[in-house]
Amino acid sequence: MTSSIKVRKESGALWLLYTLPALVVYIAFMAFPVVNSMRLSFFTGSGYSLDNFVGFNNYVRLFTDPNISVRFFTAFRNTWVFFAIQMLVQNTLGVLFALILSGKGFKGKGFFRTIIFIPVTLSVLVTGYIWKLILNPEWGAVNIILTKIGLGSLALPWLGDTRTALAAISLVSSWQWVGLPTMMFLAGLERIPDELFEAAQIDGAGGWLTFAKVKLPLLMPVVGIVSVLTFVGNFNAFDVVFAMEGANGPPDYATDLMGTFFYRTGIAGQHPIGIPDMGLGAAVATVTFVVLFAGILLANRLTGRGEAEAPRRAGEGA
Amino acid sequence: MAGIKVRDPAKALKYILLGFWSLLVLFPLWTMVVNSFKFKNAIYLDPFGLPKSLNLTGYLTVFQNSPFPRYFLNSLIVTVVSLSVILFFGSLAAYGCVRWKSRYSRWIYLFFVAGLTVPIKIGSVNLLQIMIKLHLIDTTWSVVPVYVAMGLPIAVFTLYEFIRGIPVELTEAALIDGAGPYKIYWSIIVRLVRPALATVAIFNLVPIWNDLWFPLIFIRRDSQRTLILGVTRLFGEYQTDWSKILAVLSLSCVPVIILYLTMAKQFISGLTAGAVKG
Repeated sequence: MTSSIKVRKESGALWLLYTLPALVVYIAFMAFPVVNSMRLSFFTGSGYSLDNFVGFNNYVRLFTDPNISVRFFTAFRNTWVFFAIQMLVQNTLGVLFALILSGKGFKGKGFFRTIIFIPVTLSVLVTGYIWKLILNPEWGAVNIILTKIGLGSLALPWLGDTRTALAAISLVSSWQWVGLPTMMFLAGLERIPDELFEAAQIDGAGGWLTFAKVKLPLLMPVVGIVSVLTFVGNFNAFDVVFAMEGANGPPDYATDLMGTFFYRTGIAGQHPIGIPDMGLGAAVATVTFVVLFAGILLANRLTGRGEAEAPRRAGEGA
Repeated sequence: MAGIKVRDPAKALKYILLGFWSLLVLFPLWTMVVNSFKFKNAIYLDPFGLPKSLNLTGYLTVFQNSPFPRYFLNSLIVTVVSLSVILFFGSLAAYGCVRWKSRYSRWIYLFFVAGLTVPIKIGSVNLLQIMIKLHLIDTTWSVVPVYVAMGLPIAVFTLYEFIRGIPVELTEAALIDGAGPYKIYWSIIVRLVRPALATVAIFNLVPIWNDLWFPLIFIRRDSQRTLILGVTRLFGEYQTDWSKILAVLSLSCVPVIILYLTMAKQFISGLTAGAVKG
């Protein structure tokens, strides 16, 4: 007895020791750099060291310097378009696929589920490269097929035209990630107790009415989660544009996203100069963070979920 | 109500829709793999069919005379080391947080969980400086601590729930037998939470293996590149050597796809849970 009490008494320091390795790595390579990057947005310097405090100057430049702000606002707007297209495609297809897969007596559920989810496991870079080849204007599969079925006039240079490039990339991204919302909606539908459907049936509700009045309301929280996930992923997206178009977001910055803009300003350096403006980059990252934070709060408010059901997929450029 | 009549066409429509999407998923992968075995002319003439004559030069150059085996090895090391450390540190911390009954442990736990909502990319500017200071810049190892830090929140979160669910009697008995907390951790806890460890491993495996961002910003030197970073060189250097480009692309995603197909269920639940709750 006494020994067990003793163990409990001295445990404080002991248990701290257990958490220490993880804490050290987590603080040194995540918590601290994230916070410190925000602090660095108030500094400027040459090359990779930032030691001149400049107050809000980086932010002022970001929002008002004509050369910088035009790029920033273009990237900001593009990211929202990118997000909107994916939301539309992923939620529609996700709900549709989930409804089909969850149907009673639907054969082949496991098979289709496995296939729909394959792209999620692929590297975004590889996906981007494959689709870039498929969308090649001269010999890419998409245009060959369009020409063959008599729609040759639609065989456009999808990635080279400012009107279609962003949409094309957004659709490729949707292609890759739609497996995740599908599985979430599927799980959501399978959580709905059967009695609910039976009750609806007794009340004479048909398929459509059951969907609109029973399933959809119960899926709304999932829509909220999917939105937040897509939102965070999109405001960090980089790989897909880098693979399909390059870090400058061509043609004419039509596919420049917050992720590529951040890469150019803070890490790689803008095109002609090639020297990163890390203070400015830190400011871009901080703005991204603030937008994400506001978005997540708003989404939680709208879907009425108190607890932060927020994702961490983020870093992967979902 | 018109159920009987409509049932069959509706069913057909469902299969047509899913069938079409499946084609859309498999078609790009199909073209990638079949064309990697074709000669250049055959790619242009017949981009979708099976190769009429087999061209293995793409694969041969990849294996014989290129840095790709090296990149592959680098990626393998990074992934295995990062995952091992995430699982070890993460489970230790989760165990500590569960057993340490005080508000401090609660704070530490919440501190980890807060990391679930923060994309680590936000910290890239400072991470780059840190890597320069630690002289890790331009080495394969530079990405490992970042991946570990990135993976810890989900690890602690998932394992905490699991370890908390282990009945106290199990460990109490071992305690009476004179086992120390570490012995209990190693011989009881780790064994009991194996399924959770697998989930955490799967969730972290895919993003680590596939990551481009951190290798891209940390690593320039050729010999130090990871596989995915190496793939970015393809279009610059082998501009028109399609069979080689496609061979590399195929090889870079085939390991994960095979792994996925053998454990599809675990992957789907692991990645979905990780995306949502993580």
